[in-house]
Amino acid sequence: MAHAPDSSSDRPAVLDRVRPAELPRAPLVLNDRGFHWITDKVCGIVEEPTPRWWKVTFLVALFVASFTGVGLAYLVSTGTGTWGLRAPVGWGWAIVNFVFWVGIGHAGTLISAILCLLRQKWRTSINRAAEAMTIFAVMCAGIFPLFHVGRVWFAWWLFPLPNQNAIWPQFRSPLEWDVFAVSTYFTVSTLFWYMGMIPDLGAIRDRARTWWRKAFYSLLAMGWRGGNRQWSNFEMAYLLLAGLSTPLVLSVHTIVSFDFAVSNVPGWHTTIFPPYFVAGAIFSGFAMVLTLMLPLRAIYRLHDVINQYHIDNMCKIILATGTMVGYAYATEFFIAAYSGNPYEKFAFINRAFGQYWWAYWIMVSCNVITPQLFWFRKVRENHSLVWIICLFVNVGMWFERFVITITSLANDYLPSSWGYYSPTIVDIFTFFGTFGFFSVLFLLFVRFLPLLPMAEVKMVTPQADPHAH
Amino acid sequence: MNERNERIFGVACTFRRASDVYRAAERVRDAGWTRWDVHTPYPVHGLDQAMGLPRSPVPRLTLLGGVTGFITGCLLTWYMNSYDYPLIVGGKPFWSVIFPFPVLYECTILFAAFGTFFGQFIFNRLPRHHHPLFDLPQFARVSDDTFMVVLEARDPQFRLDDARGFLQSLGGQEITVIRD
Repeated sequence: MAHAPDSSSDRPAVLDRVRPAELPRAPLVLNDRGFHWITDKVCGIVEEPTPRWWKVTFLVALFVASFTGVGLAYLVSTGTGTWGLRAPVGWGWAIVNFVFWVGIGHAGTLISAILCLLRQKWRTSINRAAEAMTIFAVMCAGIFPLFHVGRVWFAWWLFPLPNQNAIWPQFRSPLEWDVFAVSTYFTVSTLFWYMGMIPDLGAIRDRARTWWRKAFYSLLAMGWRGGNRQWSNFEMAYLLLAGLSTPLVLSVHTIVSFDFAVSNVPGWHTTIFPPYFVAGAIFSGFAMVLTLMLPLRAIYRLHDVINQYHIDNMCKIILATGTMVGYAYATEFFIAAYSGNPYEKFAFINRAFGQYWWAYWIMVSCNVITPQLFWFRKVRENHSLVWIICLFVNVGMWFERFVITITSLANDYLPSSWGYYSPTIVDIFTFFGTFGFFSVLFLLFVRFLPLLPMAEVKMVTPQADPHAH
Repeated sequence: MNERNERIFGVACTFRRASDVYRAAERVRDAGWTRWDVHTPYPVHGLDQAMGLPRSPVPRLTLLGGVTGFITGCLLTWYMNSYDYPLIVGGKPFWSVIFPFPVLYECTILFAAFGTFFGQFIFNRLPRHHHPLFDLPQFARVSDDTFMVVLEARDPQFRLDDARGFLQSLGGQEITVIRD
């Protein structure tokens, strides 16, 4: 710390007359809440009797999730043809939904890892829920490629395990890279999430009154004692996991985009895909974080810990990444025109004005135009409007993947093999159900695990600083 | 006296404010204690220095994990696509570091993360579900809003009355003897 020297001779004379203005910093926890208030608030969510809204929502979510169950059962018993996949479109909704859900997950890792490395303290109130969202979104994503292989009971052939045919996976294939990327991503995200939760699980354990609650949380807390010798290792491990997750999250969506970019289908074979996919993933993920956190904030009255500053920041990230995505759409068009490649040119004109023009314009209006409303403070402060805009972003990003996957496959090089793809009812049911599956998992998380990282929120309060007094 | 000492784990003393426990930690460090700890509800910034703790050894296992992961990835792809069942793809070499690079990259990160995660447990001696501290009623508040300095009986300079007096001089609130 560079302090002004105390002796009056070195001190600029002006300092005797004026007080240097302090840089105002937005408080992260409002109303000067203490440590005990934070513990009570977060543990209270887990300890209170199950609220009625939770029971109702949980039942609805289970019902919606059953659509995926039924859809998959029908698919497995009948065949992948029930998914509306036929030449020339062999990838259909399965890949669209996979990329959509994986993308949603990325904001969780961005908040927990990248913002941690950048020392963005506001991440503390939302990182736990965002990480949970990541894990559950990756689970939803995994369903689609898993069943897309056709004979799901052979899906383990994707992994480098000896099988009865004595052949191994082919490591030159981006689809195989994807298996490694997504499974690593899921594993590392789960480790990161769980490790960060241990001190908070310890706090719930210490307050537990009933024996089963004590046993359950003791088991999960691993005997955490909060000694500074433990914190020192914990903090180091947390920082390292953040450092490992950062290149990981960037690589995952890069590799997902390789599924497209490594092929030579017009509209897919472009080097812009990795950064463009990563920006889009963060964009959609933040929209999903807000979609989930705004209702939870209202239900559990978390206004002091998730305040306007947090919402502003997230809206601004959505605005920034949405603008990047819009820039990428423009760049794609320019490069297609500039390349002189007639197939590439056609692919893009076809996207905007061909048989799927409606999907393209839904994508552009949801992803490029709606987030621009976040330039206005009035919009960012109107939380119902923020929530609605976030829904638009989610819809838009699903359509982005639809446009990329379907338009390029439906109209590639040979007009004689062109076609028109539409999903079947089984596709629609299966995808609709994943929202229920996601909600079931997220509701269980809200009910049984600490929704906010208590220790980290305490750390950013003013009284946490040992040099404050 | 000796018999009683054997059944004692240490002496604990609670503090209400981070600044108080920080100053107390500096004094315990300067008094030359080695077997002691400060229990806090959140990681207190700068407390490692105030306690004189060395840098955490977790990164060693991260590095070990990362190197193991990279080598595992290389061996895996080489064995499967080049040694056990050579695959001819476009006249390219059977194995190079280029084509399976995403796999090597992911394996490196995966194993480094395992090293970090398990390293944290190994160096923290966790899981450990039974500990004398858990029997202390005040300890339940440490994960909430209380700070606690614990001087352990294993320390060579531990004498029960001296330790108690020393903690009193640090300005702590409740001083309790922890039975083993």
